[in-house]
Amino acid sequence: MSVLSSKILNGDVRGIARAISIMENKTNRTGVSEAEELMKEIYPHTGNAWIIGITGSPGSGKSTLTDKLIEQFRTEGKKVGVIAVDPSSPFSGGAILADRIRMQRHSDDPEVYIRSLGARGALGGVSNGTRETSLILDASGKDIIIIETVGVGQSEIDIMRIADTVCVVLVPGLGDEIQIMKAGIMEIADVFVVNKADRDGADKVARETRAMLDLLKNKDWIPPVVLTIAEDGSGLPELVSKIDSHKKFMHDTEAGIERIERRLNSEVENLLLSRLVVRAWQLWGENKSNRIKDMLELKTNPYAIVDEIIKNI
Amino acid sequence: MTDKIRVVIAKPGLDGHDRGAKVIARALRDAGMEVIYTGLRQTPEQIVATALQEDADAVGISILSGAHHFYFEKVISLLKEKGAEDIIVFGGGVIPDEDVPDLIAMGAGAVFGPGTSTGTTIDWLKKAVAKDE
Ligand code: B12
Ligand SMILES: Nc1nc2c(ncn2[C@@H]2O[C@H](COP(=O)(O)OP(=O)(O)OP(=O)(O)O)[C@@H](O)[C@H]2O)c(=O)[nH]1
Ligand SMILES: [Mg+2]
Repeated sequence: MSVLSSKILNGDVRGIARAISIMENKTNRTGVSEAEELMKEIYPHTGNAWIIGITGSPGSGKSTLTDKLIEQFRTEGKKVGVIAVDPSSPFSGGAILADRIRMQRHSDDPEVYIRSLGARGALGGVSNGTRETSLILDASGKDIIIIETVGVGQSEIDIMRIADTVCVVLVPGLGDEIQIMKAGIMEIADVFVVNKADRDGADKVARETRAMLDLLKNKDWIPPVVLTIAEDGSGLPELVSKIDSHKKFMHDTEAGIERIERRLNSEVENLLLSRLVVRAWQLWGENKSNRIKDMLELKTNPYAIVDEIIKNI
Repeated sequence: MTDKIRVVIAKPGLDGHDRGAKVIARALRDAGMEVIYTGLRQTPEQIVATALQEDADAVGISILSGAHHFYFEKVISLLKEKGAEDIIVFGGGVIPDEDVPDLIAMGAGAVFGPGTSTGTTIDWLKKAVAKDE
């Protein structure tokens, strides 16, 4: 086992931090092998943590909720990892990662590890290294991992491939109740959180969400709707208990197990796809200029070239 | 391609002047870096824990309250304690010129006061991080 892997398993903060950076930078590097070797070593040590996704519109209170969730889980004595994703600038590639501001009171708690990630051009609401980051935190001994996505609109739903329980945060006054009916985000919710319940209209959002869910009667799991005020922590114990019920559903019912199987399937498919792309690009790159010249001189064509590349993968 | 530069921008203590910190945070973002902004009223322990968890290449401290000696010293010594002296410490704000040599002697990389162009800071930081690798 590599030094870095042992550091992760021992919960060494700098080791974990470095490993996450390797995952985030993997497409930057000449090969992805360093990242993949590491994942192979630590994967057998994962599976202990429950991964909670927090997603919803910009400013809906995701970071404030995460802060309060950390508090709840810490009073239960659980170790908590947080992954907070913020958008990157499409112009400079840089980012200001500011979700953490609302969670800073936990930063020097040795049983809490908070990591901010820039989305770096990924469009699904999380960064390309978010899945691996959650596995690293899992292997490091965290019991709970909370992933805050970037503020999303309707279709940024990659969180469903990573989280065990997805909480979709709605707020009054954004027209969310109408939006969610047409949005892909509705299908991914395991728990609906109506935050800012101190504001007018929260009850209405909750009522309309429940009404919409009634149409899905024959579902195995009907997502509960929880009202919260993240600012003062109201509703948080209920939210934690709903997350717990969902965890039981996932563990104890056939429908739950099926969902976990589907997730594993898509994890392999994604990995396969990204590896294939890297390999194919490599093979194409090796002899690119000659092949382009051959095409210009009509000696070959794009279809023949692709056939040849696929054969060599 | 090299890895993205990650910088923590921190406001220690009770000092509530945050304009300069935000100006610097935006400038570094526009230079392609990932900036983790801590917000106000941070203890040195929180700042150092943040830098470690975030795998920061550098910590930039913004102080306008006059308490720069105390906070620079504390952050630098806590980083040493954690075996993280490779993380660059730098800063800015209202810091009298005559105090700067002291901060550098403690281990600060550089101090950029009012009126320094953000370009100067960015160039310095890029070089300092590259040298560190
Ligand atoms: C605006 C201001 C305020 C605003 C702050 C608004 C805000 N949210 O930031 C308000 C009115 C709230 C305020 C309040 C106070 N202020 Co005042 N304030 C100023 C003032 C006039 C300008 C500061 C500013 O925003 N400049 C613009 C920014 C962009 O510049 P900057 O912060 O210097 O940042 C630049 C560089 O320093 C550098 N930089 C800054 N941080 C960092 C970090 C890194 C990593 C890097 C690389 C560079 C860098 O880059 C920036 C861009 O070039 C200064 C006087 C002055 N000329 O500096 C006094 C000043 C800072 N305030 C002062 C005082 C005393 C106070 C109060 C205590 C007054 C009182 N008695 O109530 C309160 C304290 C509030 C608090 N909780 O801390 C004193 C501090 C004295 C000292 N250090 O000994 C000053 C110096 C005025 C003076 N000459 O007496 N203040
Ligand atoms: N009134 C009210 N305000 C809240 C509540 N929860 C959060 N807020 C405020 O809403 C604003 C946004 O909160 P955040 O937690 O940063 O929201 P977010 O969803 O993480 O935002 P992004 O990450 O930028 O998408 C802040 O000003 C919070 O103080 C709440 O329950 N009631
Ligand atoms: Mg947030």
